[in-house]
Amino acid sequence: MSRGRVPPVGPGADPVGDDAGCHILHIDMDAFYASVELRRRPELRGRPVIVGGTGSRGVVLSATYECRAYGVHSAMPMMRARRLCPAAVVIPPDFAAYQDASAGVMEVFRAVTPLVEPLSLDEAFLDVAGARRRLGRPAQIGELIRARVQDEQDITCSVGVASTKFVAKLASARCKPDGLLVVPADDVVAFLHPLPVAALWGVGERTEEQLLRLGLRTVGDLARVPVCTLQRALGPAAGGHLAALAWGRDDRVVVPHEPDRSIGAEETFPTDVDDPAVIHRELLRLAERTAVRLRATGQVGRTVSIKVRFADFTTLSRSRTLPSATDVGRTVYDTGRMLFDGLGLQRARLRLVGVRVEGLTPAAGVPRQLILGERDSGWREAEQAADRAAHRFGAGAVRPATLVDPLQSSE
Amino acid sequence: MKFRMDREALADAVAWTARSLPSRPTVPVLAGLLLTVDGDTLTVSGFDYEVSARAEMAIDAGDPGAALVSGRLLAEITRSLPAQPVQFATEGTRVVLTCGTTRFALPTLPVDDYPTLPAMPEPAGSLESDVFAAAVAQVALAAGRDDTLPVLTGVRLEIEGDALTLAATDRYRLAVRQLSWQPLQPGLSTTALVPARTLADTAKALATGPEVVLSLAIGTVGEGMIGFTGAGRRTTTRLLDGEFPKYRSLLPVESPASALVTANHLVEAVKRVALVAPRSSPIRLSFAAGEVVLEAGGGDDAQATESLEASYEGEPMTIAFNPGYLLDGLGAIDSDVARLALTTPAKPAVITGKEPESTYRYLLMPVRLAG
Repeated sequence: MSRGRVPPVGPGADPVGDDAGCHILHIDMDAFYASVELRRRPELRGRPVIVGGTGSRGVVLSATYECRAYGVHSAMPMMRARRLCPAAVVIPPDFAAYQDASAGVMEVFRAVTPLVEPLSLDEAFLDVAGARRRLGRPAQIGELIRARVQDEQDITCSVGVASTKFVAKLASARCKPDGLLVVPADDVVAFLHPLPVAALWGVGERTEEQLLRLGLRTVGDLARVPVCTLQRALGPAAGGHLAALAWGRDDRVVVPHEPDRSIGAEETFPTDVDDPAVIHRELLRLAERTAVRLRATGQVGRTVSIKVRFADFTTLSRSRTLPSATDVGRTVYDTGRMLFDGLGLQRARLRLVGVRVEGLTPAAGVPRQLILGERDSGWREAEQAADRAAHRFGAGAVRPATLVDPLQSSE
Repeated sequence: MKFRMDREALADAVAWTARSLPSRPTVPVLAGLLLTVDGDTLTVSGFDYEVSARAEMAIDAGDPGAALVSGRLLAEITRSLPAQPVQFATEGTRVVLTCGTTRFALPTLPVDDYPTLPAMPEPAGSLESDVFAAAVAQVALAAGRDDTLPVLTGVRLEIEGDALTLAATDRYRLAVRQLSWQPLQPGLSTTALVPARTLADTAKALATGPEVVLSLAIGTVGEGMIGFTGAGRRTTTRLLDGEFPKYRSLLPVESPASALVTANHLVEAVKRVALVAPRSSPIRLSFAAGEVVLEAGGGDDAQATESLEASYEGEPMTIAFNPGYLLDGLGAIDSDVARLALTTPAKPAVITGKEPESTYRYLLMPVRLAG
């Protein structure tokens, strides 16, 4: 949570309160990327550490609590973070390691209940209603998970225990780091009402502004306004939604493992780029990266899309559906490049490009329409061979020649 | 300008030329059809910078002149007129069209702003119009519809003396038709890549006359263009740029296995079995001595099988195809018996009529099954 930071524990919250009916757990790793880095560089423990892009446009992805004390938080520009905390050690991200750690953590969750809904690499909702007979009360289950994650992954996490998803999420944010907080069903209203309106799920900057203009600063203020007034101010859906949340009503259930709808990668250039050759090379790199992830997860997709953000932050996307699903970087690149060239940009300055593959299905069982004149082993086989090389020798062991930086080729 | 003529001939000519009009014209005058009267001939022309179409027909009586009117509106009007002679006359800035007791007054567009239609390239030779139309239809179905690979949206015409070869491919199948024609110069050798959809429309429209004359650029006159003339109509089309794939090497020289099946039985069976093969999922054909078994679907989904008598020579083989592509080929061979020449389940099948040396060959790439 970067916004709506929750004040320290106040009334209505009790770490070991009555957890009857509190079957929803929200589990959030503490400074996840940074914790994973500390695991392999223990000498940095106790020092301020930031994981993020090191370029001039890098952004903080994760910061240790030592570092947060200086006011550094995720999504902050790296330049600013360095100014706030000059002593910080900045580490470039290693997503493969985070993915591994995440898979391990999710495994711990799934050993408790099949009802695990991952929200990202480092957080998930669990519904433990069915695990109570086996493993005890929700708070006990939460502690069990915390212990196992600490044990197996050597990182800490915080657990919010509540009767609804959004209260559980607020609870985990309030007991960070390395904590557990139960919000008993009867105390939800007392827990919620002192919070600022921005703490509510669905209240972004715009809505917060609107609410403040109405003089509504806390959730309690919001709760005491008639629903129809909120609906007039915010629209029927948003108004009704906030009124329900303000009284702790949230009907969303834990949906186990939503499969990926798409896989993609994007890159913000260190400085704006208008050279088509550089952009093409970046598209190739992103296409390769996307395809590696598709193959690693055993998926193929039929729709390739690109995203282009201009220097002035206007953003365009274009997509194209292929005759048959693919996991071949070359095909993703060819399609992406064609979409990009189709934009007909006259050396417009770009800030970011992205490549994405959508409409995913498992690769196993997908018949493939063969192409006339295609060799028996084509790009797909070449890329699978590159995957095996990467597995043995590390990522990037084999890559397209245009992506080999002559200065780094001796690496 | 003024003329009087039969409604049906006018409606046909207007409908045909209006087809080449752009749906979203870049300049307003391109939405117009140009009607010109010269002596006892009316010419109706349309142009969208890619395709030009011009139809000529005799009129009963008229005064010379020209008028430019909205093509789409004129096509709708002439189509719905009663079967009576049509009178057409300019009156100031409008044209008035009368037919029986019906009267339309239409605004005109400025004739002077209308672009000059491209010059017709030199006539290169001719052939029977219905033969041409049938050959084009057999080949155009294999052309790509994907504008991102423009070369594949065309039909390649190859002229080698009196041999004319048409070929089209979308990379999944390839259709090749050989036929003979009458070149005006013996030993003419040239190629052209014509947009498939335009070619198919043109060949069909010109099939009402006895023959079609092909006009090809010689030297710089009409460079990058091809023209077709027949049945009082002439049309020019801009050729596609780019290199057509070298397809001849894809045609297998010989195949270790081949099956002969009654074409319409196979077509019906494929259609039935493909009912359980949703959206481009494949249909499997298992060939063995004396029969072919068609299968689609499987697993938890719906399944279908059907067996057909077939005379098969070769090792038993199971090969899978996109059913739509298979039906296209079977429908195009124009033969009671279909021959499927096979190599392996991952190599193209060649669909022809009964004789392997057919003038039409449809090469179809199989679908590789999972696993």
